[in-house]
Amino acid sequence: MRFISEYRDAQAAQRYARLIQRIATRPWTLMEVCGGQTHAIVKFGIDEFLPEALTLVHGPGCPVCVTSVELIDKAIEIASRPDVIFCSFGDMLRVPGTKKDLLSAKANGGDVRIVYSPLDALRIAQENPSKEVVFFAVGFETTAPANAMAVYQAYQQNIRNFSMLVSHVLVPPAMEALLSSPHNRVQGFLAAGHVCTVMGYTEYEPIAKKYRVPIVVTGFEPLDILQGVYMCVRQLEEGRAEVENQYTRSVRREGNRVAQQLIREVFRVIPRKWRGMGEIPESGLGLQPRFAEYDAERRFGVAAHTVEESSECISGLILQGIKKPHECPAFGTRCTPEHPLGATMVSSEGACAAYYRYRRMPATARVIKGS
Amino acid sequence: MCLAVPGRIESISSDDPLWRTGRVNFGGIIKEVHLAYVPEANVGDYVIVHVGFAISTLDEQEAERVFEYLRQMDELKELESGTT
Amino acid sequence: MAEREDFMLSCPIPISEYPQVLLAHGGGGRLMHQLIEKIFGPAFKNPYLDERHDGAIVNFNGAKLAFTTDSYVVRPLFFPGGDIGKLAIYGTVNDLAMCGARPLFLSAGLILEEGLPMETLWRVVRSMQQAAELAGVQLVTGDTKVVDKGKGDGVFINTAGIGSIEHGVSILPKNVKPGDLILLNGDIGRHGIAVMAVREGLAFESEIESDSAPMNRLVLRLLDAGIAIHCLRDLTRGGLASALNEIAQAAGTGIAVEESAIPVRDDVQGACELLGLDPLYVANEGRFIAFVSPSDVERALELMRADDLGRNASLIGRVTEDRGGLVRLQSHIGANRILDMLSGEQLPRIC
Repeated sequence: MRFISEYRDAQAAQRYARLIQRIATRPWTLMEVCGGQTHAIVKFGIDEFLPEALTLVHGPGCPVCVTSVELIDKAIEIASRPDVIFCSFGDMLRVPGTKKDLLSAKANGGDVRIVYSPLDALRIAQENPSKEVVFFAVGFETTAPANAMAVYQAYQQNIRNFSMLVSHVLVPPAMEALLSSPHNRVQGFLAAGHVCTVMGYTEYEPIAKKYRVPIVVTGFEPLDILQGVYMCVRQLEEGRAEVENQYTRSVRREGNRVAQQLIREVFRVIPRKWRGMGEIPESGLGLQPRFAEYDAERRFGVAAHTVEESSECISGLILQGIKKPHECPAFGTRCTPEHPLGATMVSSEGACAAYYRYRRMPATARVIKGS
Repeated sequence: MCLAVPGRIESISSDDPLWRTGRVNFGGIIKEVHLAYVPEANVGDYVIVHVGFAISTLDEQEAERVFEYLRQMDELKELESGTT
Repeated sequence: MAEREDFMLSCPIPISEYPQVLLAHGGGGRLMHQLIEKIFGPAFKNPYLDERHDGAIVNFNGAKLAFTTDSYVVRPLFFPGGDIGKLAIYGTVNDLAMCGARPLFLSAGLILEEGLPMETLWRVVRSMQQAAELAGVQLVTGDTKVVDKGKGDGVFINTAGIGSIEHGVSILPKNVKPGDLILLNGDIGRHGIAVMAVREGLAFESEIESDSAPMNRLVLRLLDAGIAIHCLRDLTRGGLASALNEIAQAAGTGIAVEESAIPVRDDVQGACELLGLDPLYVANEGRFIAFVSPSDVERALELMRADDLGRNASLIGRVTEDRGGLVRLQSHIGANRILDMLSGEQLPRIC
């Protein structure tokens, strides 16, 4: 496939790997922010190509991992109502709430449907006027333009039986929260290429400066990630702390202005609770007052519901790179991919799920470095 | 966050900026994609698509950068090792 | 039997884990195998079932027979390249072929939902008849039940089949040996994607058709030519990855495969990229893997490629010395990872 296959070329990948080996003179800890990047690293075995001294920490860039337990519970409650068709991306179906997940809600008779796009949910609303259709709007900035358009079109066409359960999160505040933590060990970042496609990367410039960390906006194919790692390590070796763009075929510094405009029109910045990390101010998106009627929390009266997170799951510490999965007492015993306690085990690119797979491979030191 | 895939625009439905959609080809399968966020994109262009929306037009010249960069760095390393 | 009594005392899968059956339990992945290992296996313990192969090979009054059953619950009933009827016949024919048997007689039990249009039933039945004819089997007995509206997906079909084993070859996971080479008869992922292309919420335009086909003739050709086949497995739900894992675990050996040797059509790849699916886990209906002695691989590939159902046949990997039951995959870029069994079914993702 064009613009995909060429970035999976084995020879080029090995050449990049050699470049990285040569340039890295000491141990560095990098974080790839986005779950999609973690997925590629795990799927292609990219970390096998990196020198021992380089540690890759898998960041909180996955809506599965960071959507608060409360919101999952609210989703399940809404999905369980007989007059509701609950639409969601596939990713969210197995994420555990306090007691169960959306898949169990489906097993119990809830009408839960997987859709590819929020507009599919809107169409379902039009085709089922006697039902309430709710869309689980999770995601980082990448998905905000799509969700904004769905609300906007619902509003324009006066579709009344449609609403969204909004759980949008923003990357820069999370990165700052990570960097300002006294436990932080991350020295350089691979920023999320598709988030930056939408938002541009001007927001990262003050962060790079303030915390003196190199930030490289990186794509998702193996060569993108390898080039991104190379550029980041190069900055570290040279003592620079700038924002660089690896993913130039998709990302421009100012991002996608048209998309940003509609996002601002439909959403506003609000505080958001991140699973395992607590509330981070100005780190989420909520609907503007003008579109309040499309807010599912209001429509179904679940807004006031709060929940204490399980004390056993330490996914928050894992997401911040403070602990490693095998340091969790429940890892591999009470918590496995078949019965996960937290989101980092549910998501196939969650750090815990990735560790679980790798640790059974003989002589695998790659992912368990530094332990 | 962020499964987005490049595809080629085969046809565009309307010129209304808000409702602009197109048929986009991904290796042979065709999906209807929303093009409101890429007003500059035309038939024949490649766009990066996430959940049914094109979020950017793929810059085909920049697409070469990954390989150019590799070549430059390799040459640099050869020069450097030549001088030691 | 003491074992049976033990089983009756407590349910082996703790209630707190899975109080209910989930869709994932039918997905061909780890949860389904858990169901088999913890509920069915202990309940019906016997040497035939313990082989954990696609069909049972039974000796009776001097005849060596293969016996298998399968149920079909696909939705939608009609999809590009096939329908539930065709699937039901070929599925059982193929399971018999995977035992090295010549499929002979099939049964079919239909569970129909009240309100199903007669026209639909006729289409399904006609399709079954055509498939049976093409596969060279006879449908010799059947049953029909009707359930209340809302209690079925239109049509559910169960088929069972008997075949005769006319070779001395023993085709079972336990016969797989380190050094055996693994052959795959064609490109993967067509069936799963063809069905997904017409599923609401995920639909797209495509020319991909299900690869549903009877593989008995091709398999028998190989056996007739004296190819030393140690094991066969057809790829169904859970895809190539699940089939490899099942054999590795049942045989107690390791397996190593090369991703770039596994053929995937561009359009199937495109659909997988779009939906975030890995073709290695996508369902197939006309594909199998064969574990063959290295000395016979050249000839086997030649024979396969000469057949309509083996044009894209390729050597994808080998059985290794280690005893872990793990499948190792060398990715497109040349690095390695474990190709794990899925826990449940693979879901489309956006991240």
